[in-house]
Amino acid sequence: MIRVEGLELTLGDSDVLTGVDLRVGKGEFVGLVGPNGAGKTTLLRCINGVLEPDGGAVRVEGRRVAETPADAVSRLVATVPQDGSVAFDFTVERLVEMGRTPHRSRLDWSDGSDAVEEAMERTGVTRFRERGVGSLSGGERRRVLLARALAQETPALLLDEPTASLDIDHQVRVLGLVTDLVSEGQAALAAIHDLDLAARFCDRVCLLSTGEIRAAGPPAEVLTADALETVFGTAAAVGVDPATGTPTVTALRDRPERDLHVHVAGGGRAGARAVSALWRAGCVVSLGPVPAGDVAAETARGLDCPVVTAPAFGEPETPAVTEELDRLLGGVAVCVDTGGPGSDIARERAETGGRARGPSRVLSVAEGENPVAAVLDDDEVFAPDTA
Amino acid sequence: MRTTARVATWSVGLLGALCVAVVGSAMVGPVALSPGTVARASLNAVGIPTGVNFNTAAAGVGSLSMPVPSVDLQYTYVFDFRVSGSAETIVRTLRLPRTALAAVVGFSLAAAGTVMQGFFRNPMADPAIIGVSSGAAVGAVATIALPLSLPFGLQTAAFVGALVTAFAVYLIASEGGRTPVATLLLAGVAVQTLLGAVISYLLLQSGESLEQAVLWLMGHLYNSTWGDVGATLPIAVLSFVLLLTYAREMNTLLLGEEDAHTLGVEVERTKRLLLAAASVVTAAGVAVAGVIGFVGLVVPHIMRLLVGPDHRVLLPASALGGATFLVLADTLARAGPEQLPVGIVTAAVGAPFFLYLLRKREVHAL
Repeated sequence: MIRVEGLELTLGDSDVLTGVDLRVGKGEFVGLVGPNGAGKTTLLRCINGVLEPDGGAVRVEGRRVAETPADAVSRLVATVPQDGSVAFDFTVERLVEMGRTPHRSRLDWSDGSDAVEEAMERTGVTRFRERGVGSLSGGERRRVLLARALAQETPALLLDEPTASLDIDHQVRVLGLVTDLVSEGQAALAAIHDLDLAARFCDRVCLLSTGEIRAAGPPAEVLTADALETVFGTAAAVGVDPATGTPTVTALRDRPERDLHVHVAGGGRAGARAVSALWRAGCVVSLGPVPAGDVAAETARGLDCPVVTAPAFGEPETPAVTEELDRLLGGVAVCVDTGGPGSDIARERAETGGRARGPSRVLSVAEGENPVAAVLDDDEVFAPDTA
Repeated sequence: MRTTARVATWSVGLLGALCVAVVGSAMVGPVALSPGTVARASLNAVGIPTGVNFNTAAAGVGSLSMPVPSVDLQYTYVFDFRVSGSAETIVRTLRLPRTALAAVVGFSLAAAGTVMQGFFRNPMADPAIIGVSSGAAVGAVATIALPLSLPFGLQTAAFVGALVTAFAVYLIASEGGRTPVATLLLAGVAVQTLLGAVISYLLLQSGESLEQAVLWLMGHLYNSTWGDVGATLPIAVLSFVLLLTYAREMNTLLLGEEDAHTLGVEVERTKRLLLAAASVVTAAGVAVAGVIGFVGLVVPHIMRLLVGPDHRVLLPASALGGATFLVLADTLARAGPEQLPVGIVTAAVGAPFFLYLLRKREVHAL
């Protein structure tokens, strides 16, 4: 449906897009994510023909956009703009009706059509059709602009930050509607700031940075802590949203570098809290053994920390688990026991020692106690370094 | 109400208002006439062109001469009411041509003002914004002030000056096939300033013809003839019809050029056409009447308050409203003991009214 090949664009002296390849198929919702200034909006503007690329080609349904007249392009691609500043006061109905412009001749001044009615109905703006656009809230206005794009009845739909500055209800409604349209056969490409929403609603996401696609594929494969740190330049934790089961990204402040390896024993909420707190404090964290699917394990994976997992049911202490645990414990300075599931195993292995290297201390952290403070305030933790 | 019905309602209503204004205006003067007399005499003046003669006359300077084709229309007059001879002469040859010219000029300026305000998405835009009026003024004042005898009249000089200026501003502001609106606006302001200097210099050099030049700059409708009406009306009507066919495009341009493009409008081509048509309409009006200010600014505003921003309704309503407004303003200008240039009246009436709207917060962005 939408096919972008080797797209290059220079604005002024800077290369904005350098060799972008992208495909959006029929019935597919692709999210375009990336930091500010990555070229997301520019890419959309090349696809709808507002900008003419310097190299490469954009094809929609096989037609090259750069060589197609504007009215023909507007019957192929509809665009929901970021947010029109309201320098006019058309009624909602008139504005939605402007979406029919590409389908009407210059002298056809008739009003309304089934397409307009349906577009207003689907976006839920029918009840304020007579109101001026200037009197609407941001969320309502965005829906009106979406209705206008629907009235265009195009096979492809572009959305530029469709959820920016919307409340959570409107965010989900707008993207839910796009998902519905896509399931009816439209192709949709949206520049989305919110990575969680992109992960939740898009079939695929493309990670765009400095004018290049860095990664593309299903959200769970593209949105990894590693890729996000490279592209956004900030540490991020990737977890799984408990309600939707899709990846959820939490950006973290730059954390201090601390050459202190800490092993967390015990899973559950206490374990998860200890992992993330110690990680944020700059420690190198490992975890285990915990039952597979434990919340602490998810947290640790989201932070790219090594985890030893034991089968959720059955014998927890298999030789493979012990071996992996010993390997991790061999490199740590301190083991923190949170008392969660599996903590006894780790504690036992840490205390039996008998290895050349291993934790010099095992600390117990009670519920409600700050694991970071417990580790850093413990004098003996640093004993090996000072010795 | 459907858009087409709204267009028809407003157009018919304002056309009626215009007719009333025309008849009312023709009653006013040193000899007061009754409405019945004016109406009968006016109807007697209504002619339908039934035949055409083509003449080829030579015009030129010295050995350079080129044939200028001219068209003579033959009219058949439909009505033949009984009106006293003097009344008929006053109405048909003195008052009606002036009133008709006021209507045509008001129509042109208000239509052009509507287009420019929409085009620039700026409520302070008026037909003169890209230097059309200044260019016309240079042409006219040069003809009046300089000891040149040109082979064509003042009006042609003004018309040509207006179009050359508009085109120059367009060229200055265009780069690589694109004409950013902001650049156009600034280029227009700069060129107007430059031409203002030229006009001031010409005025200093004009000697005895200074009064005539200043009068032209104020905008007046003295000594209007049916010939002026005949020269202006076709240009105004044709350009207006062309603009009207682009009403939909103008609506989408109000949303911004990028939105207009995604809705299938060839933005740059449409902008060129709108600029050209609006400039021609303005030039036609300014050439015969001088620089009449405020019609093109205030009338579109008032009409937008009444009918909304949809150009399909707004453009005809503004044009007809402008015609009515200028007819009334000119009636006021010549009703007093001393005739005033109509430009003074439009500014004196228009500016306070605009300020009133501004204070009432009725005037905001488009």
